[in-house]
Amino acid sequence: MEQKPETIIRKTKILEALENEHVSVTFDDPLENDMVLNMGPQHPATHGVLRLLIKLDGETVLASVPELGYLHRGYEKLAENCSFHEFIPHTDRLDYLSPLSNNTAYVLAVEKLLGIEAPPRAQYIRTLISELARISSHLMFLGSLAMDVGALTVWMWSFREREKLYDIFEKIAGARFTTSYTRIGGLAQDVTPETLGIIRLFISELPEKIRECEKLLNTNHIFLGRVDGVGSISKEQAIDLGLTGPCLRACGVELDLRRANPYLVYNDLDFNIPVYEGGDCLARYYVRMAEIKESIKIVLQVLEKIPAGEVKAHQPKKVLPGKHQVYTKMEELIHDFMLVNFGVEPPQGEVYHAVEAPKGELGFYIYSNGEGQPWRLKIRSPSFVNLQSISVMIKGAMISDIVAVVGSLDPVMGEADK
Amino acid sequence: MDVMNEKVLEKLKAKLSDAVLEANEFRGELTIIVPKERIVEVCRFLKEDEELAFDLLADLCGIDMYTPENRFGVIYNLYSLKTKHRIRLKTFTEEEHPRVPTVTGVWGTANWHERETYDMFGIIFEGHPDLRRMYMPDEFEYHPLRKDFPLMGIPGSLDLPKK
Amino acid sequence: MGLESWMGDGYIATKLEDVINWCRKNSLYPMPMGISCCAIEMMAAAGPRFDIARFGSEVMRFTPRQCDVMIVAGTTTFKMAKVVRKIYDQMPEPKWVIAMGACTSSGGMYRTYSVVQGIDQFLPVDVYVAGCPPRPDNLLNALMLLQQKVQRGECKGTSPAYVGDFHGSHQAKIAGQ
Repeated sequence: MEQKPETIIRKTKILEALENEHVSVTFDDPLENDMVLNMGPQHPATHGVLRLLIKLDGETVLASVPELGYLHRGYEKLAENCSFHEFIPHTDRLDYLSPLSNNTAYVLAVEKLLGIEAPPRAQYIRTLISELARISSHLMFLGSLAMDVGALTVWMWSFREREKLYDIFEKIAGARFTTSYTRIGGLAQDVTPETLGIIRLFISELPEKIRECEKLLNTNHIFLGRVDGVGSISKEQAIDLGLTGPCLRACGVELDLRRANPYLVYNDLDFNIPVYEGGDCLARYYVRMAEIKESIKIVLQVLEKIPAGEVKAHQPKKVLPGKHQVYTKMEELIHDFMLVNFGVEPPQGEVYHAVEAPKGELGFYIYSNGEGQPWRLKIRSPSFVNLQSISVMIKGAMISDIVAVVGSLDPVMGEADK
Repeated sequence: MDVMNEKVLEKLKAKLSDAVLEANEFRGELTIIVPKERIVEVCRFLKEDEELAFDLLADLCGIDMYTPENRFGVIYNLYSLKTKHRIRLKTFTEEEHPRVPTVTGVWGTANWHERETYDMFGIIFEGHPDLRRMYMPDEFEYHPLRKDFPLMGIPGSLDLPKK
Repeated sequence: MGLESWMGDGYIATKLEDVINWCRKNSLYPMPMGISCCAIEMMAAAGPRFDIARFGSEVMRFTPRQCDVMIVAGTTTFKMAKVVRKIYDQMPEPKWVIAMGACTSSGGMYRTYSVVQGIDQFLPVDVYVAGCPPRPDNLLNALMLLQQKVQRGECKGTSPAYVGDFHGSHQAKIAGQ
């Protein structure tokens, strides 16, 4: 006699976690039908490979559980096998929308561990490129939030501006995108006056273009209807969940690491910190647009004040010497050989240094035991921590609001998954 | 020692003197080593104290010291919104059954950080509401960031779809 | 089975194959499997400066049911490989694959425990694009090479009844088995 095959329903751990999630929304529905939907890793609106499991009642979200790890490349284990210099190209690929900012953050952490400082011209140029990276990242945010909500024209316009920025990065560092421009103790090479002129021209034209994009969005009642009041989070919840960056400043908390714990030359520059109340998607949008305008101000000031000088510190045992010296002098050749083979040898100890990246607080925790490779390198990525608040933000919202919330949080999976 | 660091250390020693095993300062940053049974108390005191107010847990990570006793450590990087100051707490646990009490009750952000530490090192956090793996698939049997796990992985530990 | 088998090898059949392949090559709709940094360059290729629409790839349909070519852009981990394979299986034939960037061609700069060292371990790949990330013009060059391949009627991942090479490869398959 034939036996019917058994149907085995495999309950994965993540499904159990979804069922254990606290459902705080009650609904008077005679049908009372729950459905579990998978907004999978491949999705046009999830900004990369983010998987969301949502429990729905019709179109309303009751509970949700995000799943990461689809882009886990093993950075922290890689760092234990690379020397400090070799890790710089890897930091480009963390937050791949603003690679120059990550380079600066990592190099500042290593310089704090070594106890050396880059010369003033290098500090000013690092500030310049950090702010240009911030403008590039926020333009991408503008384009993708508008595209997710339905306004495709703004995406095309912001990409046109980003192409001009890519040309500038190519002139500064040699690559459009993954630049690896900073070095321990300074920069890879200097910036020519002609490049500074091109930057000045770009910055003078940018406010007009931003105004055009804002004209399309700020008073558009379709855009406001989709974004206003959606995905709100309170101030206490935001601090408890560890949000940083524009998402925290949109909840009314004034925290910006450029002002709170100043690094590079932010002490000498004059800029404001935009803070909005509300904690919803519209507030996050306003904060980022205001930040673009502040960054324009900072870049103009840096272009005025930039001093002449060299871009590499004079510390032969720690800083890679320039190639023209390596090819002609004996001392520099020996130092280059030792540094490339054995790495910079820092004293034993640990540091944690954080900068204000465009997405939030990007921190590097380095524990070194005296060898040329770090014993432990931890990357505190802002997108990882910001994504934790998604399940709080989309409770009680509809499916199309999830798209707007993820777009306004602006996560980058390259750094969330490390 | 830095003025703010001294104040933190003084207040902590005054309130919970036996919870401070060791304290040192490197490049202006204070590191306090705490025994693992007292970690929740220390964290709660540092968060709720009026003057210190360390209300943002910036980072929580694990570390594998590869020593025979006290092999695994957990490191807490704290930040205060009021005084804009940073300190670091460290606790250690042993190799056989690494267990540390969870601080999810003090800061909600520790949830995902502790899950990631469990995934990478195998340290079990007692009292955690939802301890699952974060990055690797659920069926993965090893803990990648331990020093005895090779960088290139163990062949056969993860399977690929067929061509 | 197919128009080609009914009409047999003749002058009209080969000309019809050429016309069909010409139509196919000028309207390749890409399926962007954008995973990490290469996805940004792929978006830039679809942007206003390097316009991919002038090559026939007018829209990037995000549903696999309506696409011809899958551009895998970004590091593929073991966890993601199952998803990529599932999406590939959902595409209707004939289908081609472009492996964009160093990470998909050979694992790239990540020789670690969780990265697949090249997607050709589980997918048949037609064109490999070098670069980390490749410039958008490099991607457009790859698309042009793929168009030449489509015109010739070659396809690595599909059954030969759907493209021009019916007789030869079918015979080879029967003889091999």
